[in-house]
Amino acid sequence: MKTTFRAALREAHREALLKDPRVLLMGEDVGRYGGAYAVSKGLLEEFGPERVRDTPLSESGFVGAGIGAALGGLRPIVEVMTVNFSLLCADQILNNAATLLHMSGGQLNVPVVIRMATGAGRQLAAQHSRSLENWYAHVPGLRVVEPATVEDARGMLWTALQDPDPVLIFENALLYNLEGELAPDAGPVDLDTARVRRPGKDVTLITYGGCLPRALEAAGQLATRGVEAEVIDLRTLRPLDEKTFLQSVRKTKRVVVIDEGWRSGSLAAEVITRIVEGAFYELDAPPARVCSEEVPIPYAREQEQAALPQPAKIVAAVEALVSPHG
Amino acid sequence: MAEFRMPSLGADMESGTLVEWKVKPGDRVKRGDLIATVETVKGAIDVEVFQAGVIEKLLVEPGAVVPVNGLMALLRGEGEPEPVSPPPAPAAPAAAEPVRHLRASPAAKRMASELGIDLGQVHGSGPNGAITLGDVQAAAVGAPPAVPPPAPRPRPVDAAAAMRGAIAAAMSRSKREIPHYYLATDVDFGRAQSWLEQQNVKRPVTDRLLPVALLLRATVVALAEVPELNGTFTDGAFHQSQTVNLGVAINLRGGGLIAPAILEAQRLTVSELMARLMDLVARTRSSALRSSELGSGTLTVSNLGDQGVGLVFPVIQPPQVAMVGFGRITHRPWVLDGHVEPRPVVTASLAGDHRVSDGHRGGRFLAAIEKLLLEPEKL
Repeated sequence: MKTTFRAALREAHREALLKDPRVLLMGEDVGRYGGAYAVSKGLLEEFGPERVRDTPLSESGFVGAGIGAALGGLRPIVEVMTVNFSLLCADQILNNAATLLHMSGGQLNVPVVIRMATGAGRQLAAQHSRSLENWYAHVPGLRVVEPATVEDARGMLWTALQDPDPVLIFENALLYNLEGELAPDAGPVDLDTARVRRPGKDVTLITYGGCLPRALEAAGQLATRGVEAEVIDLRTLRPLDEKTFLQSVRKTKRVVVIDEGWRSGSLAAEVITRIVEGAFYELDAPPARVCSEEVPIPYAREQEQAALPQPAKIVAAVEALVSPHG
Repeated sequence: MAEFRMPSLGADMESGTLVEWKVKPGDRVKRGDLIATVETVKGAIDVEVFQAGVIEKLLVEPGAVVPVNGLMALLRGEGEPEPVSPPPAPAAPAAAEPVRHLRASPAAKRMASELGIDLGQVHGSGPNGAITLGDVQAAAVGAPPAVPPPAPRPRPVDAAAAMRGAIAAAMSRSKREIPHYYLATDVDFGRAQSWLEQQNVKRPVTDRLLPVALLLRATVVALAEVPELNGTFTDGAFHQSQTVNLGVAINLRGGGLIAPAILEAQRLTVSELMARLMDLVARTRSSALRSSELGSGTLTVSNLGDQGVGLVFPVIQPPQVAMVGFGRITHRPWVLDGHVEPRPVVTASLAGDHRVSDGHRGGRFLAAIEKLLLEPEKL
């Protein structure tokens, strides 16, 4: 059946709230307003204010409360409106959620799920357009995932709730309206592996989140020019599924990583380092990256679009690797 | 083992593109042999080797852009023993060590090693001319590489713009760094012209001497009197040259100019200077200059007389320290022994580098030129 990324997320929340009485959803405007991105519309009416809780505009406070609830035996889903505001609760996520198991000598698991929107492209200006997944993917003690398909939007939440330790789910805000085919019996998916979204033999495109549709579009354009690109969706940003992308690069010998983050210190840098560590002798061209330009994301539409990874940039990066140079 | 490196063919040159090797490994070369053609913004230049020996290995492929002083080839000196090739290790891929200085992908290197293919013989079709897996596979089956070699002379897309850029860089540097002073002297060219006419009567038309030959010769001889105009200013100090490599500004038909040098001009007679100048002009316009003729000048002459120019204010070619200009030879009223009479007169001018010389010495130089041109038979 046809559905949207947003509807699939909502269905995932319903399922979780229905199946497990310990699950609750909390965050800014998740209740009466239905969520800043309308993911939780109708859930307050269906499940009541005990389980769908509006919180004050105080990220450190309500993320801390979520961590406490998890320590106390609940299975909270905490929605931080966007990654931009997560900087206010970074202390809770890094210093409490990610470290308590270690610092308590294995006594205190923190089974909290923290969701947040991420990414640029909607003219929300520099301070509301960040892609900081790599900051969190840097931290031991967290699992960081990012759905890019309706299937993963539907299936990642339940699996995340089963994890005894903190899981961060990033949702690229451009994807909420993404339409896709979902099997009627679609359910939980794993949070461990990357997926090949399009097979190919000439070059591997590795990406995640909001850049997946752009990479797939670039692969389509490349196919008309006789270049078969394999597109890999990382899905899980920590821990990285090296096995899948190394296997692909060993086959294609060439790789372009597409990452909406800035290139310096990016996830793209981490992926390429692992490729160089694990498949150096297989490479037939220098690994390449298409990342956001290293500027605060511009407000003006043309400039914003120019700053982000786009299909044309991806195609150009691939052609620089596969075209004969003589 | 001697190294052959990309020469600097002018102060403004940063890199050159190897167009072709004129030698192959094993060839015996002697000092002065032309061993490669290099494309620069000033055109294709034939490059000489300054050491005798045997070409041991060519390290860059045609098409490669090599920075100035970048290693291009290895030479084995005369008498140097041939390197002993190690006995092939049994069942080991000893044949093809990954060749240093060659751009090849890791995958290509590994396959070449496994198949025993010499990467030095493989054409690179990948990014920046790197050898790819496909190139090695093609070489392995003896097929031509997937991509044919590029056209032999890859000119920059807009050669005129590149030349203009090179001139701009050199001249901007000159005006930025060199405190120029200017002097000029009018010289009675009458006796010189008579002498030339006498000489040319005896010569076939094709061997006729032009006034420029005398002007060049006078310049060279005058330098012996004021040697501090002959040399280069590098690393904060003047280096006087023992020989005169006389640069001559030559206009190119497509625009721009080059100032290649007549080497060791102090050894040449007027007649020989004329022949060398004609040869230099012809080769400049057909892009057949030698590397030693570029970037080696110790003083340059600009002769704009044939353009009708009266007085030239030259801009010194760095790192040289002076430049001489000659204008049109034209009949002007001239006072001789108290009488005014029309005489052919040429204005000789000098731009000097004030860090190295002063107007006093520059004046002596122009005076020497004048004196020499008044006694052309002594030239």
